[in-house]
Amino acid sequence: MSVTDPSQTDLGHTDPDPMRAGRWPRVQAVAIPVVSVLLAFALGGILIWLQGVNPFYAYWVLFENALGSSEGLLRVMQKSTPLILTGLAVTIGLRTGLFNIGAQGQLLVGAIGAAWAGYNFQLPALIHIPFAIAFGMLCGAAWASIAGVLRAYRSVSEVITTIMLNAVAIALVDYLASRPLKEPDQPITRTPPVADSAALPDFGTVPAGFLIALAVAIFFSWFLTRTNQGFRFNTVGMNPNAANYAGIGVKRTIFLAMAVSGALAGLGGAVETLGITGRFEPTFNAGLGFDGITIALLARANPLATIPAALLVGILRSGAATLQFETGIEPEVVDVILALTLLFVAAPIVSRLLLRKKTQKRTSVDSGGGGV
Amino acid sequence: MRARYAYMLTIVILSFILLAYVLDATRTVSVLSFSLRYAVPLILAAMVGVICERSGVINIGIEGQMLMSAFAGFFGAALTGNLIVGTMIGVGTGMIMGAFLATGAVTWKMDQIIAGTIINILATGLTSFFYAQGYVLPAITPQLRIPGLADIPLIGPVLFDNGLFTYAAIASAFVLWILLFKTIWGLRTRAVGEMPGSADTSGVNVQRMRFLNVTFAGALAGLAGAYLSIEAASNFDRGMTAGRGFTALAIMIFGAWNPIGAMAAALFFGLANGLASQLQTDEVIDIPPQFINMLPYVLTIVLLAIVSGRIKPPAAVGKPYEKE
Repeated sequence: MSVTDPSQTDLGHTDPDPMRAGRWPRVQAVAIPVVSVLLAFALGGILIWLQGVNPFYAYWVLFENALGSSEGLLRVMQKSTPLILTGLAVTIGLRTGLFNIGAQGQLLVGAIGAAWAGYNFQLPALIHIPFAIAFGMLCGAAWASIAGVLRAYRSVSEVITTIMLNAVAIALVDYLASRPLKEPDQPITRTPPVADSAALPDFGTVPAGFLIALAVAIFFSWFLTRTNQGFRFNTVGMNPNAANYAGIGVKRTIFLAMAVSGALAGLGGAVETLGITGRFEPTFNAGLGFDGITIALLARANPLATIPAALLVGILRSGAATLQFETGIEPEVVDVILALTLLFVAAPIVSRLLLRKKTQKRTSVDSGGGGV
Repeated sequence: MRARYAYMLTIVILSFILLAYVLDATRTVSVLSFSLRYAVPLILAAMVGVICERSGVINIGIEGQMLMSAFAGFFGAALTGNLIVGTMIGVGTGMIMGAFLATGAVTWKMDQIIAGTIINILATGLTSFFYAQGYVLPAITPQLRIPGLADIPLIGPVLFDNGLFTYAAIASAFVLWILLFKTIWGLRTRAVGEMPGSADTSGVNVQRMRFLNVTFAGALAGLAGAYLSIEAASNFDRGMTAGRGFTALAIMIFGAWNPIGAMAAALFFGLANGLASQLQTDEVIDIPPQFINMLPYVLTIVLLAIVSGRIKPPAAVGKPYEKE
């Protein structure tokens, strides 16, 4: 609960023992996620086999569908776009010692904000698209800032407030889409479609949103390692006491990190709405924020690594429907595989397997506790 | 101070109920019964939160624990043709899920938030993966009408004419209060949650205490899940817990980590819900149902903002215990 307890905000991705720095931690950073994913696929394969389906065939269907055709690739890019952004949202939090499990709520608020900005105005595309995206980001940032302010200035755990804010956001967007922002004369709970001038274009076969997501991931990789503000985020994440001693405004940094995190999740909702769904419906966007947690932890809070992690989740998610069509396997098998991946990444199972000789106390990423 | 406000609010609500009963007895009883049924799974789930956090472990996986138990309880009852066996299977599943959290959060000293998140995702995945249609329960759950007490006006039909789960939920709050504040187990549990170092020094096995408490708390999550599928809905639906596990966390905080307080908070939110839907049906006022759904969460955030620093969670919550 208190901000000043270093043990609560020490993020596991930093190596507490400088003597160990060298090749091993880097090998681990790649090996542990890879082995975890393989183990999760193996266990998921057993589940599929129990349903009477050849797991190799099922996985082949999954990947062939995603990677075997240009439509499949387009679907993967579309699916991965919001996932990269929510993964980054969680990553920024983790690097600053915050566990933002509210990416889902921030994404929903950003999505409906962008939808409103998209259908309510008639502007030239050059202005309309940036405006709608910026408004979605602003909504996400504002939503996360509630948790940010409470954490920074009232020492209320961001974990509990973001859980609460997720639930409030779900109810709020449902209300907005069913009453004030509802498409008139339609039985369905949804907003009107966004104007053509606000729709994100495709560049050839690559959706613009995907390029935005890649650019943002690269930007934050640079930002966290090469800028003063990024250094402040990292320092507060590693040791708020030291940060305070060094003259860094810890409270301000925590607030800012939470707002940036929310803006990223809001951006995810905005590009999803403007690029793919074209309007807001409460049933859209399900689970995107929670996948962001899995992605950030799989990427071990490294912004660039969120790209492959999100692509993997995007492949699984986009192939799941075809898998059901071809084999009758429920698409939720993907959730099982992702939960197992998260378990193997976060629990000291794989790291012990890989480093049999000595148990590493801190080989997994964690949120650094933070009481509820 | 806080206690005085709580008593005042209780008295105001009770006199309001009494007035409503004098004006319209049937409707009042129906609203109150609805409210109580709404509160039952929340009370049980909030007790899970109270036990775990008092022992120093955050359990954000209550939602998933309930969902798995609702699933196992329903299909257990449908396949064996016996409601009691089904409920036992639900409770057992809850304990297994509790042991899962305990293994991750206590034995492996994993991040507790991540461990809970894994339970939630896993439960969504597994229950949907193995879901099958076309199963029905062998019977409807029996109602237990307590003779004598059930004839008291107002209180009787609301409190003493219910399913067994309802009595179990109310009893669990009182039993847990006694256990927590009047027994050695309770003292040790609170010590382990507040100052594990001191508890260890005085000979309490911190790790074992936490592991067992989190596991047995899972049984109550199992009961809550079984209530949803076996008694409340007589069916299993995908994602049927619908965020109740998270509402339970809000209620736990609202009740200041006290079993009786949490029960009172659950009943309060149940009443708000029952009242709003009655007013909605009668077309008295038009409150969007979404606003009622978000009430516990909004009030919890407001409460945390106002009283932060005054009501506190157990001091060691969220931190794995490292022996020194």
